[in-house]
Amino acid sequence: MNTAIVDPMIPVPYQVRSFQKELSDTFTIELTPASGRRPFHFKPGQFNMLYAYGTGEVPISMSGDPADPSKVVHTIRAVGTVTDTLMALREGDNIGLRGPFGSSWPVEAAEGHDLIIVTGGIGLAPLRPAIYHVLKHRKKYGKVCIFYGARTPEDILFRKDLESWRGRFDMYADVTVDRGTGDWAGPVGVVTNLITRGRFDPHHTVAFVCGPEIMMRFSVQTLNGLGVTNDRIHVSMERNMKCAVGLCGFCQFGPTFVCKDGPVFRFDRIQKIFPVREL
Amino acid sequence: MTGEAGAFGAPRVLAAKALDQLITLLAQDGYEVIGPTERDGAVVYDTVDGAADLPLGRLDEQEGGSYRLKSSRKAGYFHHVVGPHNWKRFLYPPHQVLFTAARRRGGFSITVPDAAPPKRAFVGVRACDLAAIQKQDTVFTGRDYKDPGYAARRAAALVVAVNCTRAGGTCFCASMGTGPQVGPGYDLVLTERLTGDRHEFLAQAGSQAGADLLDKLKGRAAKDDDVKAAEAAVTKASRSMGRTMVDGVETLLKENLEHPRWDEVARRCLYCANCTMVCPTCFCSNTQDETSLDGNEAQRVRTWNSCFSIEFSYIHGGAIRREGRSRYRQWITHKLAHWHDQFGSSGCTGCGRCITWCPVGIDITEEARAIAADKGRTKT
Ligand SMILES: Cc1cc2nc3c(=O)[nH]c(=O)nc-3n(C[C@H](O)[C@H](O)[C@H](O)COP(=O)(O)OP(=O)(O)OC[C@H]3O[C@@H](n4cnc5c(N)ncnc54)[C@H](O)[C@@H]3O)c2cc1C
Ligand code: SF4
Ligand code: SF4
Ligand code: FES
Repeated sequence: MNTAIVDPMIPVPYQVRSFQKELSDTFTIELTPASGRRPFHFKPGQFNMLYAYGTGEVPISMSGDPADPSKVVHTIRAVGTVTDTLMALREGDNIGLRGPFGSSWPVEAAEGHDLIIVTGGIGLAPLRPAIYHVLKHRKKYGKVCIFYGARTPEDILFRKDLESWRGRFDMYADVTVDRGTGDWAGPVGVVTNLITRGRFDPHHTVAFVCGPEIMMRFSVQTLNGLGVTNDRIHVSMERNMKCAVGLCGFCQFGPTFVCKDGPVFRFDRIQKIFPVREL
Repeated sequence: MTGEAGAFGAPRVLAAKALDQLITLLAQDGYEVIGPTERDGAVVYDTVDGAADLPLGRLDEQEGGSYRLKSSRKAGYFHHVVGPHNWKRFLYPPHQVLFTAARRRGGFSITVPDAAPPKRAFVGVRACDLAAIQKQDTVFTGRDYKDPGYAARRAAALVVAVNCTRAGGTCFCASMGTGPQVGPGYDLVLTERLTGDRHEFLAQAGSQAGADLLDKLKGRAAKDDDVKAAEAAVTKASRSMGRTMVDGVETLLKENLEHPRWDEVARRCLYCANCTMVCPTCFCSNTQDETSLDGNEAQRVRTWNSCFSIEFSYIHGGAIRREGRSRYRQWITHKLAHWHDQFGSSGCTGCGRCITWCPVGIDITEEARAIAADKGRTKT
């Protein structure tokens, strides 16, 4: 056995090039290698393991443009120990990174189809690279629809992106909130309500769905009801991950390792185990 | 395998005292020799300096939730079977430092500990345990990503295997197809024979390193009778095994994920994780971060973990496997069913450790059988 193989568990130091606050608990960081490591390519939907010095390591999806590998962009919601520490990062600080890992949104296989994207909350971050890709190659797709749900209008992530997508004539973007506040005049309710409002051909549609499991469950049901079959639905699963390379066992989901067989799964491949409680 | 002359020479018969010589030879070759030795009432694996450190004349009585050693005139060096230890503790230690990060002006630098592996000889590796090592080889070095530490330690290990001529009280390796006859992958394999005043080993090399050792140990050429007697003893051990795994367990478990038996076993299980710690194939690990008091140095440590722990499935908002039934189900379905999808074989060797060392005697073969007897039922 080769003893010179590199350890996939060892992070590489990166430097924070910019820090941008998105929402009260959400921020975007752009990273650059601390010493001349060459930029890496990633596919939309893939993630990195980000290491905060002395605190821990967490899986975070890439949220930037896959066509520009010089920018390593992550959008993070602070929910606990590590992500809180990451939120305290500032320009020039160091962070450890390993990746990219995992499967990706099948943007190429979706060419020639209508494409609908259903997501909520921070779930938009892992989908943004796919949206960038699709818009860059807009002619290769049929209709393109984005359905996004947030808790309140103040929680709408990437508002500028959403507004610009909504303003385009070659796509449809719709946003709903669980609870309308302030002068919100848009839709109120769950994101699945939006799906039925979009105009697309369900029999020639590919769907990308990313959000909490319960939201994905209802989205799949709605899509099935319209005639989108499970082999054309793709979801991104979330599990605790300690290694991201199939060695720690934490991310197991039935026969799969979410870190390397996922996080993006074609739904028909997990439809049997997806409804099993606490699997 | 014991029968014919293999690629590395014909089998030989060694006097019992050759075991001490073997340990000395290995030490002279620079190996740290690890073998079975008695400590705190159990046979464990630790450094041995000579045959005197091995549990000569000791037998283990094992049953669900119980283990006891006793003396017996019928017991040689290896008539005991497997104890609470397994070989993974040497190939994938319970506590590993992954890296040290030192704080520097404007950031930190990362240092990886020196990975030069110790040269170790494992003496007394049972058929089930050689199979377990091979299953872990697949986990750590046979898929997309490899663990370099494991690969290096494994490459530096020499295996002296032992055929079992007595089955332990909780063994079921025969029905898992891993033993009691040792399969390929050893450097040297021994079959111990103790009859009347004859105490000897039938030895066969499985590698050049094993053949070189056997050359030095001399002994005499094995006769047909020696080989036949050894084979008969192993076959007898195989037939005397009290437990078996039900047929078709992979499909059985996959199709019974909501069986009420999961609730039933959950009421007995203590979630102590003993089963996963003693299991020679369980490989799950957590990572933790430790920081020096002044904060100038941080370490990332990898420690064994278990699907029975609540942190194992924790994600923001709470653990996925909150209920005991889900955690027990995760363990046994991973071992007996999903391992096939992931690694192309069962994750269980039938070593019986999880049965013996479960404080309440939960028996993996019995749980599978209970589901088989009543398949298709779902929780109401
Ligand atoms: C493939 C993948 C991609 C992700 N992409 C993003 C992203 O782009 N942006 C973002 O904000 N979040 C993302 N997450 C979720 C993010 O990893 C968790 O919010 C984060 O691990 C929480 O860690 P913590 O230490 O701050 O929280 P704590 O609650 O203190 O967590 C303790 C430990 O539990 C584990 N853990 C907790 N929550 C999760 C979770 N939701 N998923 C996995 N492990 C968890 C972590 O190991 C963490 O160290 C992603 C998760 C996965 C699996
Ligand atoms: S599951 Fe039990 S019997 Fe099977 S290998 Fe692990 S400890 Fe041995
Ligand atoms: S099955 Fe037995 S050994 Fe395993 S966690 Fe439950 S009580 Fe502990
Ligand atoms: S995160 Fe370790 S196996 Fe998937």
